[in-house]
Amino acid sequence: MTLWESARIAMRGLRSNKLRSALTMLGIIIGVAAVIVLVAFGNGLQRFVADAFGPLANQIQISKDQGGVGAKDLTDADVRALRDTGRAPAIATVSPTVGGSAQLQLAGGGSYRTGITGTEADYLDVANRELVVGSFFDDQQVTSKAKVVVLGPNPVASLFGGQAGAALGQDVRIGRTTFRIIGVLAANGQQDDVAVMPLGAARSYLLGGGDVVGSVTVRAVSTDAVPQAVEQATTILDQRHGIRDPEDRDFTVTALQSLLDQSSQVLSFVTIFVAAVAGISLIVGSIGVANIMLVTVTERTREIGIRKAIGARRRAILQQFLIEAMVLTGIGGVIGILLGIGISVAAGIVLPQLVPDFPAPSVSVGSVVLAFGVSLLIGLLAGGFPANRAARMRPIDALRHQ
Amino acid sequence: MIELERVSKVYKTGDLELRALDDVSLRIDDGDLVAIMGPSGSGKSTMMNILGCLDVPSSGTYLLDGIDVGGLSDNRLADIRNTKIGFVFQSFNLLPRTSAIRNVELPMVYAGTRNRRGRAQRALTRVGLADRADHKPNELSGGQQQRVAVARALVTEPTMILADEPTGNLDTTSTVDVMNLFVELNEAGRTVVLITHEPEVAEFAKRVVTLRDGRIVSDERR
Ligand SMILES: Nc1ncnc2c1ncn2[C@@H]1O[C@H](COP(=O)(O)OP(=O)(O)OP(=O)(O)O)[C@@H](O)[C@H]1O
Ligand SMILES: [Mg+2]
Repeated sequence: MTLWESARIAMRGLRSNKLRSALTMLGIIIGVAAVIVLVAFGNGLQRFVADAFGPLANQIQISKDQGGVGAKDLTDADVRALRDTGRAPAIATVSPTVGGSAQLQLAGGGSYRTGITGTEADYLDVANRELVVGSFFDDQQVTSKAKVVVLGPNPVASLFGGQAGAALGQDVRIGRTTFRIIGVLAANGQQDDVAVMPLGAARSYLLGGGDVVGSVTVRAVSTDAVPQAVEQATTILDQRHGIRDPEDRDFTVTALQSLLDQSSQVLSFVTIFVAAVAGISLIVGSIGVANIMLVTVTERTREIGIRKAIGARRRAILQQFLIEAMVLTGIGGVIGILLGIGISVAAGIVLPQLVPDFPAPSVSVGSVVLAFGVSLLIGLLAGGFPANRAARMRPIDALRHQ
Repeated sequence: MIELERVSKVYKTGDLELRALDDVSLRIDDGDLVAIMGPSGSGKSTMMNILGCLDVPSSGTYLLDGIDVGGLSDNRLADIRNTKIGFVFQSFNLLPRTSAIRNVELPMVYAGTRNRRGRAQRALTRVGLADRADHKPNELSGGQQQRVAVARALVTEPTMILADEPTGNLDTTSTVDVMNLFVELNEAGRTVVLITHEPEVAEFAKRVVTLRDGRIVSDERR
């Protein structure tokens, strides 16, 4: 009795009862697909939380301490020192800004006083903001001190009646210089009364101030690296400002620590939640697989009796049933994987359209491997054990089995 | 050669004890053709199942060709059932949803025989079912199913054919055909033991053993 022979008997067995085979497979398909889909939803949620907190969580604010006698300003030289990756390996980006206020004036009349922020090309990332229309200035426009401006929602409301499209491409006089409006910021509720322009342009045409920087936003290479980044920034600035006693420090370095703690806490809750969902769906799926295998094999005790009466050895029967179980769980598992991935992808397309900002499910390779592996194992055990028990019976008892 | 020595089979249902076979001793020589008769419930099938190594006695010994079957391993018993014995069940016991020819092939699959298709086809022809090879059991009449079961029993050319009412569902012509087949096999040197209720069938036998309440009440040679 060769393995090949057993495989042929098994395939014949599967084909001779298509309905039973299909039902068994359905149990496996549902089990595997459920694990993959649920874990994908959990993953999506996890990613959503990480994305929401991530960009802010690795930010560090550096600003001058007001009021100290003899306090030094933050300068371009300080910024360059912070950008030295040799001395500050935990720091990824350094974004200086200068601030002030000025009158905006349209040629056709209408004027509005607003805050001026001079900054660099990565402002949108650093401030975690978006544009409603237009584009932001790039590195080249920063270097060339281009006379361009991106307006916040408040000046647009006042000067253009809230029509962002109407503002785009218009010229506006700020102080004594004419700037071209190249974009409009989306509201974020905190810094909406603002006009943003290249750092050098703000200094040269509006605010003056030489090489002084108002504040610096530093981003650590990762959320985990925030404490090191704080330490490295402090050390560099201490050295440059000649500080020996921390009491005399003329600047403050603030990590958004509370946000950081909160995000890691929420993330760990979500992680536990995803693991629990995966575990439960795996158990439910396994019970389904085990159940259907147990039922079909028990129902086939009579068939086993016939085979034994005709001279089948125990091993031959066991081989047949294990191969059947393997083929069913294998094919069912593959279909379940495809179905699970399909549902996850479809949900990722459809759900965000129904519910704005719904986190798209994200299939994890681990869940696919785990679901397939466990269902295969359960299928073999649940198919193998009762088959082995039936194969041990006396033929006459197996034949009489109801 | 078959030797039963003081064999009993006791079924216990609750505190009720039923002696389906009661201290039976019987010897059947190679090449004999034996009919076993007796009223319903007299223990005929019980005895046949023991002879076919499908069941074991509660007490007593069964020697098959001088070997005590009670001491054999599960695998050895499977091999004996496969090669030495051809068994025809009272209730056919064909694999459902499986064609007649595949049912007949089955014992050869477990024996690892070659050219199974051809041999199975010839066995079906011998029982007059050449044209029903691809029919499944539920597409065959009771008598046709019984003849498929006979074909399955003789296809491996076993030395012993044990048949539990092989003509129970057959009309007179088919009965005579199947009995002629058994006589033919017997003349080729095989031992044939069959259970029957019909005196006409017993006519074909060389020896008739009659059971009643689990005991042998008569044993006549013709
Ligand atoms: N598994 C079992 N459990 C309990 N009692 C049984 C079992 N098998 C058979 N019997 C009993 O043993 C007795 C003999 O049964 P057996 O099947 O050998 O009769 P039989 O002579 O073949 O009858 P029939 O001609 O109707 O086929 C019967 O009384 C039956 O009820
Ligand atoms: Mg009977």
